[in-house]
Amino acid sequence: MPHHELDAEALYAALARQVKDALANVDKVALVGIYSGGAWLADRLATELDVDGRLGYIDVSFYRDDYAEKGLPTDVKPSQIPFDVDGATILLVDDVLYTGRTTRAAINELFDYGRPARIMLAALVDRGERELPIAADFVAHTLALAPGERLVLQRADDGKLSFTVDHA
Amino acid sequence: MKLHIKNGRLIDPANGIDASRDLYLADGKIAAVGAAPAGFQADRTIDAQGLVVAPGLVDLSARLREPGYEYKATLESELQAAIQGGVTSLVCPPDTDPVLDEPGLVEMLRHRARSMNQAHVYPLGALTVGLKGQSLTEMAELTDAGCVGFSQADEPILDTTVLMRAMQYAQTFGYTVWLRAQDAHLGRNGIAHSGPIASRLGLSGVPVMAETIALYTIFELMRSTGARVHLCRISSAAGVALVRAAKKEGLRLSCDVSAHHVHLTDADIGFFDSNARMTPPLRSQRDRDALRQGLMDGTVDAICSDHTPVDDDEKLLPFGEASPGATGLELLLSLALKWAEEDGKGDGLSQAIAKISPAPAQLAGLAGGRLEEGAPADLCIFDPEARWTVKAAALASQGKHTPFLGYELRGQVRHTIVAGQVVFSRP
Amino acid sequence: MHNPQLNKNGELQHLLTIEGLPKAIVNQILDTASSFVGISDREVKKVPLMRGKSVFNLFFENSTRTRTTFEIASKRLSADVINLNISASSASKGESLLDTIDNLAAMHADMFVVRHAQSGAPYLIAKHLTDTGRSHVHVVNAGDGRHAHPTQGLLDMYTIRHYKKDFSNLTVAIVGDILHSRVARSDIHALTTLGVPEVRAIGPRTLLPSGLEQLGVRVFTDMREGLKDVDVIIMLRLQNERMSGALLPSAQEYFKSYGLTTERLAMAKPDAIVMHPGPMNRGVEIESAVADGAQAVILPQVTFGIAVRMAVMSILAGN
Repeated sequence: MPHHELDAEALYAALARQVKDALANVDKVALVGIYSGGAWLADRLATELDVDGRLGYIDVSFYRDDYAEKGLPTDVKPSQIPFDVDGATILLVDDVLYTGRTTRAAINELFDYGRPARIMLAALVDRGERELPIAADFVAHTLALAPGERLVLQRADDGKLSFTVDHA
Repeated sequence: MKLHIKNGRLIDPANGIDASRDLYLADGKIAAVGAAPAGFQADRTIDAQGLVVAPGLVDLSARLREPGYEYKATLESELQAAIQGGVTSLVCPPDTDPVLDEPGLVEMLRHRARSMNQAHVYPLGALTVGLKGQSLTEMAELTDAGCVGFSQADEPILDTTVLMRAMQYAQTFGYTVWLRAQDAHLGRNGIAHSGPIASRLGLSGVPVMAETIALYTIFELMRSTGARVHLCRISSAAGVALVRAAKKEGLRLSCDVSAHHVHLTDADIGFFDSNARMTPPLRSQRDRDALRQGLMDGTVDAICSDHTPVDDDEKLLPFGEASPGATGLELLLSLALKWAEEDGKGDGLSQAIAKISPAPAQLAGLAGGRLEEGAPADLCIFDPEARWTVKAAALASQGKHTPFLGYELRGQVRHTIVAGQVVFSRP
Repeated sequence: MHNPQLNKNGELQHLLTIEGLPKAIVNQILDTASSFVGISDREVKKVPLMRGKSVFNLFFENSTRTRTTFEIASKRLSADVINLNISASSASKGESLLDTIDNLAAMHADMFVVRHAQSGAPYLIAKHLTDTGRSHVHVVNAGDGRHAHPTQGLLDMYTIRHYKKDFSNLTVAIVGDILHSRVARSDIHALTTLGVPEVRAIGPRTLLPSGLEQLGVRVFTDMREGLKDVDVIIMLRLQNERMSGALLPSAQEYFKSYGLTTERLAMAKPDAIVMHPGPMNRGVEIESAVADGAQAVILPQVTFGIAVRMAVMSILAGN
């Protein structure tokens, strides 16, 4: 069921503006999107920034901290980082920032590729309730959700983005 | 001791009786069937209401593990297992350590068994010295010592000439040669029936040919020597067919099957369950069906337990390393009843008892298996409806391994009487 | 009958054989493996999934190559690895298999990778662990007798998927000593589970087990006929012992009829791939020109083998 208050496209536009303004003078930014929502957003941002091939995707399944409780997910996708992480300025992109654990896992994974100069985080929505000291550099919207509710980014066949709310 | 057994259902297949009859025992024999003999004063009366009164079971193969393998089992435990299973007479193979090829060993074994006052023990003597297949044993001396036949147990005879001479020699005295139909070389490293299941599980196979080629050899030698042969543990459909034809031809042949092969197949190996490791191996469904058909039409004369106690150290191993064999004395009755109930006429009780008492007694030349006046007072009184679950801890035998662990079986012994004495009563 | 590989929730608890594994689990292993393939190209060739876990390699049968790939896979998952070559130690002193397992489990093993000469040995181990309240310890079968070598079967499938993409229209031939081969059995189960329409076995009568047709395999004794229009050829290694068991007269005669030569390879499709579990006997089952040729994918198999083993171990360790 689409969330009637959230217009994902409008939020994306807001996020993209923030990112472009802030990074206008930064050299050789690399985009890394966290599957799946972050990857779609990174694809979009890549058309608006000059990344010149520095576009990657990351699956944090091997770095999550809940492996002992939940095991390996069945839909692990290969991470693809086609640029040199050493010394890179990376904008990590995710759809929803929540506890911060996914971001921590993504950072750990990036550090196994090399030593980046800088990592920034862009999230479409921040739903609060952080469990780790993690903050986003760019956020389009902040909101609170009820316990058990999950915000899920969807991409239609024509590429249009929208949000739905799942109940666990 | 004068015993009166009343209200029981007497089933005596040898005399064609299946009726409510009382039984009177005196001086170790059956004094009368039906009406009490004149002046009979019972010392003890057993009320067999709801129970079957049958001749004691005669098991054609039970390994007692003495002498030599006392760590696996002893006469005390195994004879206790026998009487708890209603077995009043059993034949034991000669593959002890040392092998039963000397009269002194046989005498000692019989003496020890007799002193326990439990089941009657009839040893088979080794056909060749040490079972090595080279020189003949003193068959006459061994018979005097108490052997009821001669066998190679599971050891093949490599030299056909030796087998032929052994059969000629046995025939001279009228002794029966008990043989496993197993070629010396084909499938000698096999551990499972050669077929799709063994192929899938990666287990080396024993082909049916190993049995049929041996049967052809045995029958040819029988034709030439005139010897009397009892075939032990037939396992295949092709084997049963050959036995059927040989009997029709008039060869002096009898044949038994293990209670395990009557019910189980190679599929029961499941996930490499070493309790299903047996010699001969459990074969396919078609083979099992043919064995059952053979029992029905008399091609297969008797069912035995093939009781082989194996301890944990030799079973809790990968399939190929485990020792073959299963405990069976305490399951023989139930397994025979199960077969007859499934395949036989009516409730099958008479048919089942026939295969585990009068038929084995007769082909082995043993007293017993019948309930007429003057016959030995060896009885198995059992509850045909009682259900029990096979549990290792509850078995009297020291052999706790059987593929039937956990199975619920029907038919349980209530009293076992040997030579007129009640040797076992279930509490 | 309860499948001993799966726990009550239908999740993989042990990997003992491919036979009876749900297709979804086979696919999950292959899919997860593709995520591990890229790890070798990174700076840090490790992921932290099995950090702090102990993997015991229990090899009752010698095999340096398989043991090494499991060791590499374990270390890439950040696990601690202990190698035990049992043939040299306790077993020869008479310690039973289960006693050995009890001793090692007391040292807090999290996973046993077991290779044994007896078919079914890993099942005995898995059952014993469950019966003694240690069902959190996982068993990976690295080859048991003639029965199964599931990680080899899986890496062979990964290789085929990598080069051929779609299993549903392939013809795959397995050539050689199928009678004694656990690799052949695992490959057959994997191919049929993944829906390969035609699986062929090629070899002399003495090396073909009975009942192959019941496993869904077409049997050929003529190599040229068997290789006709085949997409994948899996060559099996011929061991020297076969010559002494009256199964084959000589290696030369075997090569004459069943060796994969360039000429025989031409019977298959032009884009057919040639696989071999290794180690190869050049000039016995395969000609050097083919082994080193463009259609051979034998070295990639080894690379994929590490990723597939990482996938198996990480899926098990998480269940």
